[in-house]
Amino acid sequence: MAASSAIARAAAAVLALVCTLAPAGAQAPAAGAAPATPPVEFRIGYVELADDPRYDEDYAYNLIPVRPIGRPYPGAEMGIGDALQIGQTINTNFSLVRSTGTSLDEVVAAVTGFVAEGIHFVLADLPAADLLALSDRVTGMPVTILNISAPEDYLRGESCRFNVVHVIPSSRMLIDATMQFLVFHRWRNVLVLQGPLPADQLTVDSVRQSAAFFGARIVDVRPYVLSANPRDRDQNNVALLTGGANYDVVYVADADGDYARYVAYETNDPRPVVGAAGLTALAWHWSWERQGAPQVNARFEAVAGRRMADVDFAAWAAVRGLTQSVLRSRSTEYQPVLDYLLGERLNLDGSKGYPMSVRPWDHQLRQPILLATANAVMQLAPIEGFLHQFNDLDTLGVDEPQSVCRF
Amino acid sequence: MGVQMTFRKLTRRESLALMAAASGAAALGGVAPARAAGSGYLFISHENSDNLLVLDPSRDFARVADIATSRRPRDIHFNNDHSLLYAACGDDDVIDVIDVATYTVVDHIPTGRSPEAFVLNHENTTIYVSNEENSTLQVIDLATKLILHEVPVGAEPEGVLLSPDGRTLYVTSEVADMVHVIDPELGVVTQNIIVGTRPRRFSLTPDGRELWVSDELSGTVTIIDVATNMVLTDITFLPPGFRPVDVTPVGLTLSADGTKTYVTLGRANHLAFVDVATKEVESYTLVGARPWNVCRSADDRYLYVTNGLSDEISVIEVSSRRNVLSIPVGRVPYAVLVDGSL
Repeated sequence: MAASSAIARAAAAVLALVCTLAPAGAQAPAAGAAPATPPVEFRIGYVELADDPRYDEDYAYNLIPVRPIGRPYPGAEMGIGDALQIGQTINTNFSLVRSTGTSLDEVVAAVTGFVAEGIHFVLADLPAADLLALSDRVTGMPVTILNISAPEDYLRGESCRFNVVHVIPSSRMLIDATMQFLVFHRWRNVLVLQGPLPADQLTVDSVRQSAAFFGARIVDVRPYVLSANPRDRDQNNVALLTGGANYDVVYVADADGDYARYVAYETNDPRPVVGAAGLTALAWHWSWERQGAPQVNARFEAVAGRRMADVDFAAWAAVRGLTQSVLRSRSTEYQPVLDYLLGERLNLDGSKGYPMSVRPWDHQLRQPILLATANAVMQLAPIEGFLHQFNDLDTLGVDEPQSVCRF
Repeated sequence: MGVQMTFRKLTRRESLALMAAASGAAALGGVAPARAAGSGYLFISHENSDNLLVLDPSRDFARVADIATSRRPRDIHFNNDHSLLYAACGDDDVIDVIDVATYTVVDHIPTGRSPEAFVLNHENTTIYVSNEENSTLQVIDLATKLILHEVPVGAEPEGVLLSPDGRTLYVTSEVADMVHVIDPELGVVTQNIIVGTRPRRFSLTPDGRELWVSDELSGTVTIIDVATNMVLTDITFLPPGFRPVDVTPVGLTLSADGTKTYVTLGRANHLAFVDVATKEVESYTLVGARPWNVCRSADDRYLYVTNGLSDEISVIEVSSRRNVLSIPVGRVPYAVLVDGSL
């Protein structure tokens, strides 16, 4: 017994030596298993604007960041890394081509150039207006834009375009997730604080629709101003702004996030705060720890050197959607890959439990939404009890019968 | 008792080889009066309470021991004579070695980042472990703790299965949707087999011809022909009242006679009974929340299922396929193992 284990140890030591001598050998067989023909290239475009105000890190006074820190590009890189083994198995080389424009014209030129080079899928990290303009200017070309950062509902509604797939959740999906949470907790009376931006008005519109749909009640909508002027105190002082009403919860519509962060703990009544602060609805949060999320976070942090945010998730999911479509359609051609991407069978794994797929009526990726505080995910929506006749994920966002999108 | 003292003294040393030899003798000498190999005890790992519970089914599942482990213990396996229990601890990047006689952690085997699942080779000299954070399959020599091979695999590798002849290793990649076929001697991937979405665990049919793989997100079990490494077919599940999207199969365990496979269905909160020969799903049994692992009792009359989101074990009577008992355990139970007869 002792002798045989000594032999085993000696053999192990020899093996260890062999191993250290041939680190490249470990890679070889995977390549060896692939056919000898050169791999097929499948390149994915990526466009963004150099001075996108949404990533202005020095946004708040005193340079306090109130935004996601960093561009979502590392999410796309991680998606390529995750597809390495798939690529080796199906003899396909997945890669990204990034173009940073200083104007919309440059972005359009970049996408046009991509199409000429045989790139048919382009991730777009653009503000809503630029995204819409881009999609209109490349209409008719064999290219599909994957929206990874513009949540505006009108892009999925009256301004929807067939050549755009929305990987980032719509505002309405986020609001519906929040509203499900409130109704689940029977916090049905909602006081809304509205910021001065057009985006805040859009949010309030969606909050009204969502509340009506899920059976919550908007007690009042009160505009605030970001000011210290005592003359505006009924609009800038949170205690005054939240007084004189009966409500269970405060919803803050603040696309900037600069006002919202001072609302909790300042309300006149002791009530929770949701929306732009307090409990926020997100496509992703670094504290999500189920469905393989710790590994997703760890891989992202290794690539990006920071925590994964919602737009990073969308970039990752967009690339994963494409690599999955190539794998499952057994093609790198535009039409079969697009058909698979848009089809019911996409079954995309986003480490949020439910398989994700694209809604045919507005090209929004249906997906669970996380409801998170600063360091904890409290719930994953759809929340238990909110059921849909076909797919419970479609309790989040505008459903087919209500959609005004016509491709 | 004297034997036990000697044994414990040895275990404090780093030499696992010595310990393995000693424990065989110690077990014969009757180390712990309450326990021998084949005790029938349940060993349960808990991801969030960082412990293994040992329960005695012959005494109403009384707690025999509560073993503090490294952080986030998940997959657990005995060595051949059941004197040692290994537990992969994902948050400390080690496999804990537990002396089953004393219920204490006596050693650690360093692994890559976040070890999840593993197997021992049939001679118990080597461990094959999937490290889900750095996406490798490591081959580690047990005696020296040397990493013999570190095989790059697809992201989030999980299930590991060694063929009966010890010459082929199978590993799933949850992100790359494939099964890697690995030569454990050379430490190289020889083939990749595309399966369903988010493949998790394995089961080999008794004749050794079919490799069953659970696909968590496509809600299927993919069946691979071992001879050709081709996908033969897949099995879909749908317990009454559920939708396909709710079905997230993970655990696969064969019945004692090899004619049935038990499949845990995750979010669908059921255990499925599948006929191995016909591949028909025969029935479903309701269990707790998000069942992931299932194992047989020592006498094969019961099944134990870990319910990760309701912190309990379901006990299923095999003959009636009924859920007869629920046992509260620690936080997020992951694996359950029975110290059955050798």
